[in-house]
Amino acid sequence: MPRVSVSLEVNGTHYDREVEARLLLVHFLRDELGLTGTHVGCDTSNCGACTCHLDGEAVKSCTVLTVQADGGEVTTIEGMGSEADLHPLQEAFWEHHGLQCGYCTPGMIMASADLLARNPDPSEEDVREALAGNLCRCTGYHNIVKAVLAAAQAGVPS
Amino acid sequence: MTTFVGQRLKRKEDPRLITGRGSYVDDITPAGTLWCAFVRSPEAHAKIVSIDTSLAESRDEVIAVFTGEDMQALGILDALPMAWVPPDVEVRNAPHWPLARGEVNHVGDPVAVIIGEGRYAMQDAAEDVFVEYEPLDVVTDIEAALQEGSPLVHSDLGTNTVHEWSLGGGDIEAALAEADVVVERRVVNHRISGAPIEPRGVVAEPRGTGLTLTSATQVPHFVRLFLALLLGESEEKVRVIAPEVGGGFGAKLQVCGEEILLAAAARKLGRPLKWIETRSEHMMVTHHGRDQIAYVKMGAKRDGTLTGIHSRIFADLGAYLMLLTPSIPSLGAFVMSGCYRFGAVQTDITGVYTNKCPTDAIRGAGRPEATHMIEVCMDQLAHELGMDPLELRRKNFFTEFPAETALGIVYDSGDYHGSLDRLLEHFDRDAFEAERSQAAANGKLLGCGFSTYTEICGLAPSRVTGPQGFGLQTGLWESAMVRVHFTGAVTAYTGTSPHGQGQETTFAQVIADRLGVDPANVEIMHGDTGTGPHGLGTYGSRATAVGGEAIVRATNKVVEKAKKIVAHALEAAPEDIEVADGRFSVKGSPEKGMTLAEVAGAAFIPDADWPADMEPGLEETAFYDPENFVFPFGAHVAIVEVDPETGNVDVKRYVAVDDCGPAINPNLIDGQIHGGIAHSIGQALYERIHYDEAGQLVTGTFVDYCLPSAADLPSFQTDRTETPSPVNQLGVKGIGEAGTIAATAAVTNAVIDALRPTGITYLNMPLTPNRIWEAIQGAGTETGGPS
Repeated sequence: MPRVSVSLEVNGTHYDREVEARLLLVHFLRDELGLTGTHVGCDTSNCGACTCHLDGEAVKSCTVLTVQADGGEVTTIEGMGSEADLHPLQEAFWEHHGLQCGYCTPGMIMASADLLARNPDPSEEDVREALAGNLCRCTGYHNIVKAVLAAAQAGVPS
Repeated sequence: MTTFVGQRLKRKEDPRLITGRGSYVDDITPAGTLWCAFVRSPEAHAKIVSIDTSLAESRDEVIAVFTGEDMQALGILDALPMAWVPPDVEVRNAPHWPLARGEVNHVGDPVAVIIGEGRYAMQDAAEDVFVEYEPLDVVTDIEAALQEGSPLVHSDLGTNTVHEWSLGGGDIEAALAEADVVVERRVVNHRISGAPIEPRGVVAEPRGTGLTLTSATQVPHFVRLFLALLLGESEEKVRVIAPEVGGGFGAKLQVCGEEILLAAAARKLGRPLKWIETRSEHMMVTHHGRDQIAYVKMGAKRDGTLTGIHSRIFADLGAYLMLLTPSIPSLGAFVMSGCYRFGAVQTDITGVYTNKCPTDAIRGAGRPEATHMIEVCMDQLAHELGMDPLELRRKNFFTEFPAETALGIVYDSGDYHGSLDRLLEHFDRDAFEAERSQAAANGKLLGCGFSTYTEICGLAPSRVTGPQGFGLQTGLWESAMVRVHFTGAVTAYTGTSPHGQGQETTFAQVIADRLGVDPANVEIMHGDTGTGPHGLGTYGSRATAVGGEAIVRATNKVVEKAKKIVAHALEAAPEDIEVADGRFSVKGSPEKGMTLAEVAGAAFIPDADWPADMEPGLEETAFYDPENFVFPFGAHVAIVEVDPETGNVDVKRYVAVDDCGPAINPNLIDGQIHGGIAHSIGQALYERIHYDEAGQLVTGTFVDYCLPSAADLPSFQTDRTETPSPVNQLGVKGIGEAGTIAATAAVTNAVIDALRPTGITYLNMPLTPNRIWEAIQGAGTETGGPS
């Protein structure tokens, strides 16, 4: 398999790596960098568990090749906040019981952050439409939507 | 005194999960791990003529390839387990090996495993295995499989019938004969996937003389037991860990071929092995749920007095019997009386082999099917009688508890009028009728549908479910161990295996109240057979009703010992010590008391006068086997809008009132209800596992198997009534499956209600736009009836 050099920034840290040309961004993040907060839930870009940000926009990292992120800036859930210093969206998901098993949660938070960056004052319908590409089997979305609306209300820094 | 039970505490689980720092099985890769990929059958039914692995084995990255011929070489002593042996019932069980031996019986049946370096490389190598198949005739339809001359899934059995099983009470023939009106419906409960967002996955590590298996499972102790039995290992040498598990919904209540195979191969190769299921594999080979056709007869007198319900069920069990496969339809039979006083109740079940993935427990497991039959037929019957559907329900509700059904099942407690009354406080039927008229004027059809349900959960009293009773070859008790540390901090071990339900929080609340400590200082450990006592896992809405009671009992033992220690230290009588305001103090003299930390200090450093008959330390274990099941109940209403032009259904509103006894943490109850409702709206409207006649899986990905998204669902309105169960000290009933059990009937009834102006009187799920549009087109000539 051909290997290529990539150079990119992830959560503010610069990485130079040589990777298989076909390596998906999600596996680069998980297997090369050990950032396992970005999950894989389907093979078809439907579930959104792998959502992270590439150059400021939400992408499904299971359908982005690492080489496509060459020269780019990636933010994953680990770059959003830590247990000691939670991002307001993380705080809102906790406060409003917006997660159960937690598997879809990083992707949900990343997709929600993308929405709020574009639309800081969304309606319930806006939130539901924006999260239509992120599947959750536990919550029925009720508390996820509530959490995102609450975070918007509180004013999430972009 | 602070009481934590009942409070909406934020979950202790969440900080690690919202920051991406949880450890799911795919996040765990021990040094030197080899990857596994499976070669799976593209045929639904075929003889394996030959398997050529040479090209795959010639790849540098490949370390080993195993096929079904290698079971003995791998030391796998027996086929995969099936744990239901009902007394006096023959269950025809075809051997099911981790890799197919000689014949494949459904698409996805594993034929070979490739082991070597690299996640992607093993996928490539799997494609280099050439399998020659000789196709056999295929049967996928339940009823066709029972016809004379049907192709046989397992020809040596001579039949596709797995078993016949019945449960009845009262004289059903007489009950239906005395009815003035009997409705008969063919109720189809189609096949669905559990589809947790985290697929399954396994890491197997040989360690010295032992073996550690990390698996996305709901039942680590079952997995350990069967690893030991099937691999001939001594049980103490096998450790099974359920790490963070990304949802289960029954799909991970299983002892899987992949678990056994990876453990055996890791042992043989002396290397850690890892396999992570792809979504396509999940849809193809992780057991499905439901898939029943039921012929239901429900009878009533003209005044609405119910006489009897008879359900003749044909259950599609797929190609093999997995851990609980044939028992699942029977779980619904125990509550076929619903909330109602039927004079006679009869359920007859035939299990059927087909060339499809096996079915087994998926959220609700038999009970969603039962409730769907009962509640949809209640609406059909009300319509035939010309009665209001709620009036028919109210007329027949059990009102005295404990209530014994015609089946001899005793419902522990209930208040069915109460939950329905509460529901109608949130849903104004008159206002809805006004809305309906207005919508009709705009060309839209509005409908509302109710479901007043009860279910059986809190699995379970072992004497009822065990070998001499229902026939499960296991006990279903639960365990807990509560350990107070030197400093007064607490670690408790539960035999349940939570995977999203939040027992790290709720069990901490329960313990904190009893020991007078903060839940922040109570850690709940679970999912590791290497720590704590044996446990039975999380399924059947049992974790709190059974596991929670075990926690209470172990904690109470700690309290009793603590009282003795305090009595010794303060020179008082143990019966005069009480727990109040975070202290163990002498009744009437609150200034004389000790904190739990002080008690623990005394227990860890016994003083010179320590009584000879008192053990040091402060740690207790309890095993709890319930006296009865628990029976949660509630009333749900769905309000839908149907577009007659497209057949599209929009759930406009959904109100649920549920009763699972006193709440430990209301947030978590609401969350379980929300998820359960969404799961069933999915089944009612969108989700269906579909095979074509050749046995090819048509819905093998999330592109064509449609889980509902946020955009498909409304926010839900939830409320609760609290009727304590007398079965356990917390008074709690299970809630994990209630939403799923109640909701398909509410949605189906609402859609039929909306469609009545078009002449449609009955439809089966899934209520897709296509099915509804076609029904509307045909409604002039075919006015509903069985479909």
